[in-house]
Amino acid sequence: MSKALSALSSRLVIIIPFVWLLIFFLAPFFIVFRISLSTTAIAMPPYTPVFDLADGISGILEGIREFSFDNYVWLTQDALYFNAYISSLTIAAISTFLTLLIAYPVAYGMAQAPRSIRPTLLMLVILPFWTSFLIRVYAWIAILKPEGLLNQLLLFLGVIDSPLVILNTNTAIYIGIVYSYLPFMVLPIYSALEKMDGSLVEAAQDLGCTPTTAFWKVTFPLSLPGVVAGCMLVFIPAVGEFVIPDLLGGSETLMIGKTLWNEFNANRDWPVSSAVAIILLMILVVPIMFFQNAQTKSEGR
Amino acid sequence: MTRWSRFNIASIVVGFGFLYLPIVLLVIFSFNESKLVTVWAGFSTKWYVSLFQNQALIDAAWVTIRVALLSATLATVLGTLAALALTRYRRFHGRVLFSGMVYAPLVMPEVITGLSLLLLFVAIGLDRGFWTITLAHITFTMCFVAVVVQSRLVTFDRSIEEAAQDLGATPVATFFQVTLPVIAPAVFSGWVLAFTLSLDDLVIASFTTGPGATTLPMRIYSQVRLGVTPEINAACTILIGVVAFGVLVASIVTRTRENQRERDERAAAAV
Repeated sequence: MSKALSALSSRLVIIIPFVWLLIFFLAPFFIVFRISLSTTAIAMPPYTPVFDLADGISGILEGIREFSFDNYVWLTQDALYFNAYISSLTIAAISTFLTLLIAYPVAYGMAQAPRSIRPTLLMLVILPFWTSFLIRVYAWIAILKPEGLLNQLLLFLGVIDSPLVILNTNTAIYIGIVYSYLPFMVLPIYSALEKMDGSLVEAAQDLGCTPTTAFWKVTFPLSLPGVVAGCMLVFIPAVGEFVIPDLLGGSETLMIGKTLWNEFNANRDWPVSSAVAIILLMILVVPIMFFQNAQTKSEGR
Repeated sequence: MTRWSRFNIASIVVGFGFLYLPIVLLVIFSFNESKLVTVWAGFSTKWYVSLFQNQALIDAAWVTIRVALLSATLATVLGTLAALALTRYRRFHGRVLFSGMVYAPLVMPEVITGLSLLLLFVAIGLDRGFWTITLAHITFTMCFVAVVVQSRLVTFDRSIEEAAQDLGATPVATFFQVTLPVIAPAVFSGWVLAFTLSLDDLVIASFTTGPGATTLPMRIYSQVRLGVTPEINAACTILIGVVAFGVLVASIVTRTRENQRERDERAAAAV
């Protein structure tokens, strides 16, 4: 009896979260895919269902015959969507690189810090992550506005003569993404650098490497797993980012997250926004699997 | 090897300045007398007063807190189970799929998660509102809880569990009397993380909400679109204060528990 009970309880540990994720994470993607193949209708919900499970097998087969790839054809014909995908990928790639440039020295400095103050530094990096994302993006509006704090400071210092236009440009989006995602880049790089054996660098220097060569030949390659994890944590969500381009970007800024949002909320075109989401998912599937591989490897730590 | 060079210190100071300056400025300007967020005109708390008269904002705050409390609690249960499944059972059918489903939501763009959950709720005919937001939040925050708890479980000494079972404890009793007390700090920080993620979420909540359930981020967002006002600064300052207080309490609790555990272990070793 107790053996059967314990076997059941160990099964439940797996089954409960597994079933939950199947229903609320995996199944929705199939629904999105199904709706991306249907046609728009003026109704609620605003699409004609492709098939109904109540119709049984014949109904499903009938439905498959009615599959329409119109939404995907539409996406390829309208340059707006293509440009939005390309510009999202470009903006995300540039921002990821800029984040890396800023985060690496910070993580390196933290790893070199005296052991006693490292927990405090770590806490200080994590803390902004707990405060609202929306609030942190919002805070930049007051700084970057033409009459904002940055321009006031630069005018006061005499660096510039007339206010810089930063808000509602791509520059503002880069600042927003770098700022919001910085902790995601610092943390994995720091944990890779902190685990590193310092004597390796000493050995390289004893063998005649300058500190700079020792860094590029020893330290940087050893920190690569952290760099890769950090880049994935920034790049993947940044491609589909909505809040940052919406609040900091201009009206001419194209990002796919914003396009999807508008297609859904303003145009109420559910099938097209589903198709946009499916294509975005297909673009991101490779980096996501890359990220999962890295995660699974670190599991065995 | 601690070469705490001037370059290291400079990069940390610049990095941390970049992280904190916008938040500090936002808090300072919430006490501004002027309606302009960028011109200082003297100290005032009038925006906090007007905030507490804004019924729509207060209602939204209540919805948000109720969603966050409920979803964080359920997400902690599910996330802890998922972490146990991942660390304790190396092989089972669908393990690759399972770990994929745990890690993917960490990086999944919010617009995709929001859209797909909304379409699910429509397909199964669930009325949208408080409960659909809660279900959506449980789903995406449980994965963060799972990662936090998992990182504690991999360093867990299994021998004390085996000892308990050798002494006749059932697996369920072992979990509640041995495992859970040890991983409690991680479970607790998982809960706090899930709570703040839920408190913060705009995109997923906007997709999955229905009439009558407007959350605080949704309310703030619609006001921000109309312009930056000191009243929103005041609302943000209160949110930051609440979160900072929560994190402070969480870290004190965690540290006390860890110290207690170390003391207990040393005492046990001495016996």
